Amino acid sequence: MAGAASLRQIAFYGKGGIGKSTTSQNTLAAMSHYFDKNIMIVGCDPKADSTRLILHEKAQDTILSLAAELGTIEDVEMEQARLWGKGLFDKETPGGWINCTESGGPEPGVGCAGRGVITAINFLEEEGAYDEEGLDFVSYDVLGDVVCGGFAMPIREGKAQEIYIVMSGEMMAMYAANNISKGILKYANTGGVRLAGLVCNARMTDKEYDLALELAQRLGTQLIHFVPRNNIVQHAELRRMTVVEYSPYSDQAREYKELARKIVYNDMKIIPTPITMDELEELLLAFGLEDEVDESQVGKAAEA
Amino acid sequence: MQEVEKIVNGKDLFKRPEYQDVLANKKQFESSMLAINPARVAEVQAWTESWDYREKNLAREAITVNPAKACQPLGAVMVALGFEGTMPYVHGSHGCVAYFRSYFTRHFKEPTPCVSDSMTEDAAVFGGLVNMKEGLKNCAAVYKPKMIAVSTTCMAEVIGDDLMAFIIAAKEEDGGQYLPEEYPIPFAHTPSFVGSHITGYDNMMHGIMSQLTEGQKGETKKRINIIPGFETYIGSLRSVKTIVEAFGTDYIMLGDHSDQWDMPAGQYEMFQGGTKLDDARDCINSSATISLQKYATSKTMKMVEKRWKHAGGFSNPVGLKGTDEFVMKLSELTGTEVPQKLKVERGRLVDAMQDSYPYMHGKKFAIWGDPDFLIGAVSFLLEMGAEPTHVLCHNAPKGWEEEMRAMLDTSPAKDSLNVWAEKDLWHMRSLLYTEPVDFMIGNSYGKELMRDTGTPLIYIGFPIFDRHHLHRYSISGYDGALNLLTWITNKVLDQLDEDTKGIATTDYFFDLIR
Repeated sequence: MAGAASLRQIAFYGKGGIGKSTTSQNTLAAMSHYFDKNIMIVGCDPKADSTRLILHEKAQDTILSLAAELGTIEDVEMEQARLWGKGLFDKETPGGWINCTESGGPEPGVGCAGRGVITAINFLEEEGAYDEEGLDFVSYDVLGDVVCGGFAMPIREGKAQEIYIVMSGEMMAMYAANNISKGILKYANTGGVRLAGLVCNARMTDKEYDLALELAQRLGTQLIHFVPRNNIVQHAELRRMTVVEYSPYSDQAREYKELARKIVYNDMKIIPTPITMDELEELLLAFGLEDEVDESQVGKAAEA
Repeated sequence: MQEVEKIVNGKDLFKRPEYQDVLANKKQFESSMLAINPARVAEVQAWTESWDYREKNLAREAITVNPAKACQPLGAVMVALGFEGTMPYVHGSHGCVAYFRSYFTRHFKEPTPCVSDSMTEDAAVFGGLVNMKEGLKNCAAVYKPKMIAVSTTCMAEVIGDDLMAFIIAAKEEDGGQYLPEEYPIPFAHTPSFVGSHITGYDNMMHGIMSQLTEGQKGETKKRINIIPGFETYIGSLRSVKTIVEAFGTDYIMLGDHSDQWDMPAGQYEMFQGGTKLDDARDCINSSATISLQKYATSKTMKMVEKRWKHAGGFSNPVGLKGTDEFVMKLSELTGTEVPQKLKVERGRLVDAMQDSYPYMHGKKFAIWGDPDFLIGAVSFLLEMGAEPTHVLCHNAPKGWEEEMRAMLDTSPAKDSLNVWAEKDLWHMRSLLYTEPVDFMIGNSYGKELMRDTGTPLIYIGFPIFDRHHLHRYSISGYDGALNLLTWITNKVLDQLDEDTKGIATTDYFFDLIR
């Protein structure tokens, strides 16, 4: 198995478009900057946006695009595929460092993106990326649901042991969170992977906090942090920076610092108890996200 | 039809009228020969022998024709059969496994045990966990192996089955009836769309060595591990052991299939010989590890050198120079003077090489095979003053081409010697037509090249399906080099007789004494 015994491997899962990459990068930035943690980010999303805020770049060359360009994965060099963080996160500045990789994937509509994730992670393992001196955390940023074996690669045996689900108080995000829990359950029964908490990336909908808390409890986990909405995140993003770097004394930076602290000292890692579709619907009803359905109206067209 | 009293083989059988009739009748329906212009066929055939076609052929990107390599799990199966009482288990489709078994069996003329968990469409959609649970249990219950070594086919790899989790799950569900907690089931992911059989060899060897040695690290012992690599010459394994034993040192050969594929007649036992599992568990505590095939063990040796911090490294004991290096390495590691016995053996080889030198010197060869085999065999050809005009390696890993080029550059004929990495035997056909050689050295897949181009083929390599017993000999060590010398020289002499047998035309050199 790759990596030192003390190495912690974590993964961020969540519905597409929920702000997973933004949340994970800001949180990891805080872990590195405030808690001196050395981190490797492994982006497992074909759109390759898991590292841009750390690198101050549009999008880095992905492992698979390099392999496609060079003809074979064997010809890819570690220095091309793994970049060191800029600004606060390079090796020279005080505090921890962050290095970044992106798996990439095929063009839309062809090939197998899951296999791409497997290939990329194998590459990092063989090239010794997990054996980097001083590495404390590996963080995987994974697209969407656990849709196939490839996207479950980060939660395979010997990989990420702690899963954080990024969600918000809306129907599809909660549906995805529940689905991901099912995926974790499948692997947790025979292995070491655990659900370590929900991160609510607030959209400031009604009763969002209560809803997120309720879902966390139903899944048997914790709402590890409720990250409020703040435009400063977008401002920082326009400069391709994390809030931690853009405005270290802002309220939002403090929120990420708090989330980072909770992750660094997290000792609540559980096997999730996913709920049924009916239970999920009930939950949404109870919190007013859905209206009670009048069964007599189902299937009827609007009146002219 | 066959006559019971006088059974004949196909060569004579199919000459009989009833078969000739069938063949003639078939032609009417199946062959479109009549619709094709034979002159045009001949024209195209002649074109395939031209430089023009060669350029097009070498520019080919998309397909392989007549490959000179096999796929990953084949190598994984070989590793497994080199360990005591170990059943190779391939997680994936059944057809692949039938292929591995028959491939080895046709080469070694011995049965090759290997099981599959027969994944089909439903497993491809829902994952192969169910197959793994059933398969491991069945394998343990029916064949009672001491260890099961799991590798994978493409199907399981594309869908991303998690072997470690599956094996844990299988043991858990079984509850210790057939698969107790401590039952060794090492595994390796061996996707065939990556690398070749030597990559699979490396992955499985890495899997077994890393997984069996978990928690076994203790006091270092003065002992040498030997990893033979994808070695298909049974005699080579024995030669290497003889050399190591001559130094009187303690050693472990990791992956020793010499008895498995060389069983005596009599009562059939599924497993014979192999590295003792206790030795395999303890190999982490040896002081040194020598790999005899650099390109077939790169991942394994990375672990051994970087994590285990073993001395040793690589040594390819094929040919005079290769064997010398191996012997000197052993002398260094053991701190022992080279034994007299080996010095005498070496002297005999050098003497024999001098006897045959005039016949091999200056002869042009085309040769193909695995990267490590080629390093050894080409080194020997150069020692004999031969000219390896075309050296072709279909499964050449990174760095091989440069190493081979550097080796060829030591020859005075270097400007006419070519390295062909990642090329197949259809490329070789073009090369043989445009830049002909005197002899080919390779496996059975050169048979068509021999027929098409008329170049004599010396059977050295893997697989060899249509010549017998060659795999029983050695090509490693001083005795192995002597075998190479014998096979090659005698083929040269055969050809010389062939070329000089014309009565009163060429037989001025049809000599009794060569």
